[in-house]
Amino acid sequence: MSTTENMNPTIDPAAGLKAHAWRDTPDVRGHFGPYGGRFVAETLMAPLDELATAYAEAQQDPAFKAKLDADMADFVGRPTPIYHAERLSKKAGGAQIWFKREDLNHTGAHKINNCIGQAMLAVRMGKTRIIAETGAGQHGVATATVAARLGLTCVVFMGSEDMRRQATNVYRMRLLGAEVRPVESGSKTLKDAMNEALRDWVANVDNTFYIIGTVAGPAPYPAMVRDFQAVIGRESRRQMLERSGKLPDALVACVGGGSNAIGLFYPFLDDESVKIYGVEAGGDGIESGRHAAPLSAGVSGVLHGNRTYLMQDDNGQIMGTHSVSAGLDYPGVGPEHAWLKDIGRAEYVSVTDQEALAAFHECTRIEGVIPALETAHAVAYAQRLAATMSPEQSILLNLSGRGDKDMGSVAEAAGETL
Amino acid sequence: MNASTPSADNRLTQRFAQLRKAGRTALIPYLTAGDPYPDATVDFMHTLVAAGADVIELGVPFTDPMADGPVIQAACERALVHGTSLRDVITMVARFREDDAETPVVLMGYYNPIDRLGLESFADKAQTAGVDGVLIVDLTAEEAPEVVPSLAAANLSPVCLIAPTTGEARIKLICENAGGYIYYVSFKGVTGAASLDTDALAGQIEPIRRATDLPIGVGFGVRTPDNAAAVADVADGVVVGSVLVGQIAAHLNDVGAAQSALSKTLGAMRAAIDTQDSSRKAGQKQEGEHA
Ligand SMILES: Cc1ncc(COP(=O)(O)O)c(C=O)c1O
Repeated sequence: MSTTENMNPTIDPAAGLKAHAWRDTPDVRGHFGPYGGRFVAETLMAPLDELATAYAEAQQDPAFKAKLDADMADFVGRPTPIYHAERLSKKAGGAQIWFKREDLNHTGAHKINNCIGQAMLAVRMGKTRIIAETGAGQHGVATATVAARLGLTCVVFMGSEDMRRQATNVYRMRLLGAEVRPVESGSKTLKDAMNEALRDWVANVDNTFYIIGTVAGPAPYPAMVRDFQAVIGRESRRQMLERSGKLPDALVACVGGGSNAIGLFYPFLDDESVKIYGVEAGGDGIESGRHAAPLSAGVSGVLHGNRTYLMQDDNGQIMGTHSVSAGLDYPGVGPEHAWLKDIGRAEYVSVTDQEALAAFHECTRIEGVIPALETAHAVAYAQRLAATMSPEQSILLNLSGRGDKDMGSVAEAAGETL
Repeated sequence: MNASTPSADNRLTQRFAQLRKAGRTALIPYLTAGDPYPDATVDFMHTLVAAGADVIELGVPFTDPMADGPVIQAACERALVHGTSLRDVITMVARFREDDAETPVVLMGYYNPIDRLGLESFADKAQTAGVDGVLIVDLTAEEAPEVVPSLAAANLSPVCLIAPTTGEARIKLICENAGGYIYYVSFKGVTGAASLDTDALAGQIEPIRRATDLPIGVGFGVRTPDNAAAVADVADGVVVGSVLVGQIAAHLNDVGAAQSALSKTLGAMRAAIDTQDSSRKAGQKQEGEHA
């Protein structure tokens, strides 16, 4: 991918792009409409400014871009293909479903796209220690992987509850030389891991770079992580045009913090014919209250450095979340998604644990692709959506990761033991 | 002072004016409201005043206190077991005011509970209850302009944090929005994490003095009476938090014992600060005579 690549080949810029609400976001202070911004303890403001400056400089540096592209190709294995899931499409009985195969990336998910970018930035800034939070362990594994390759010290914070659910990934991170620190506070899941990573960062700002794993956190993280993940949308937009001669009619991606989703959506925002769907974790069902779907059922608030939709109670306390997939088990969501929801450019829906598990099995059986449980939420919605569309239409689904890590959870849900 | 700071005096500005005149350093204890249970808090506040508190910082419990160390995290969790809400904390201040019309109270916490209650509604309720200042840990100077006018309109002083990482330009920016006092965070870390480096403190405070006339309180590492005295040597206020909260944690099943421990711990700090203040006054007097 090169910078000169026209992001919108079917749109004639001279014809005049509308002044879309998303065009100038975020603003200089990191706001997407009313969302985003920076809500952190004062100690972190200087390191955030330092990061924003370093990132802006790196963006202007052709050498940084060249190195990133080379790593994306040789180390990650990009570009990832798009794949026409014909049997799944036939079964759904409507639109053609295409997978963007982020599961084929090194380490098995989209997370590494962002980790490579941020780790390169860390090196550029002279930082020698990397910290990260992780839920499912995918971001932790991706971070530990790039840290190993670059010879950086790596500490990953993980809720003790998640460490239990994702024991294999914990072992993997340790093999890669990372220290995995159990987080015992609060709900012992992803949000608490993020609190702990922020606390560590405050204490070690001089030598430490915090690699946030999704499009959340204080500015510049949401826009920076989006930029690193937008390779997903840029590639697949070009690939869809090449393979099917037209843009997809709809995009579907699961939304935890929202990084794989925004990575797919962003390069399509100006393509008004393309409908955009983000799929949140419905857990036991929205009406049960046991879910992780802030865009579907939350209200605006401030957590982890930005304003966004949150799962919170009437007193502004953050609520516990539930999802069968640890990677979606987060009470907030990236501020850009909050904004895209409000302005109506994207629609956010939810899929329950049961629906996701059913889609997991179906996709595995009839396509030979084992999706991550997070991704299975998107698969379930794509099936539902396809059934309402015609066979000439197409859906591009971000197959954000592979399900190898989820064997234990899937077996447990089926009442089996490995 | 500028347009965004409270125009009228409140207890906080008055208290610091009195202390400055008397050449005394403010002792500012912090407690998490609702810890270990809601009914204990008002009694604890009176205990602190009796032991020498000049200003009380009352922590509003939050599920995700990302700038706090394990001691205050645990206090938040204990308070939240009882469902202690921002409304409850405001009610506690109103009850405290029934017996203490003088001691300024600053609410300290994170932005989300305030945002959820509604900024205007919060400011109004807080003022009515007798709150004097508000310190919102995760409200940066960049976001503060949306919040500070509502606080100012309710005569609530916006107390702001300055950290060792804060550069001179930001110090100016922060002081423009600040009121009551400046809270200087003495080290890079979360509450209760390290001991402060008193030698470096004077140099760190210097640029803040140049930027504002507001009094400067120092907190985050004050553990011993010696620490308190050393801070009093260079700052206008000494903030003590985790050590006190730790006393409550050590006496969870005996509030009376917790009260005596709070009283003893804070009292020792008060004595050390007073000694420091007197010797400074004596020194200044001598200098005056020599001049
Ligand atoms: C495969 C996969 N997809 C999606 C997610 C959710 O994260 P995000 O919403 O940032 O893409 C995760 C998180 O761990 C993941 O592992």
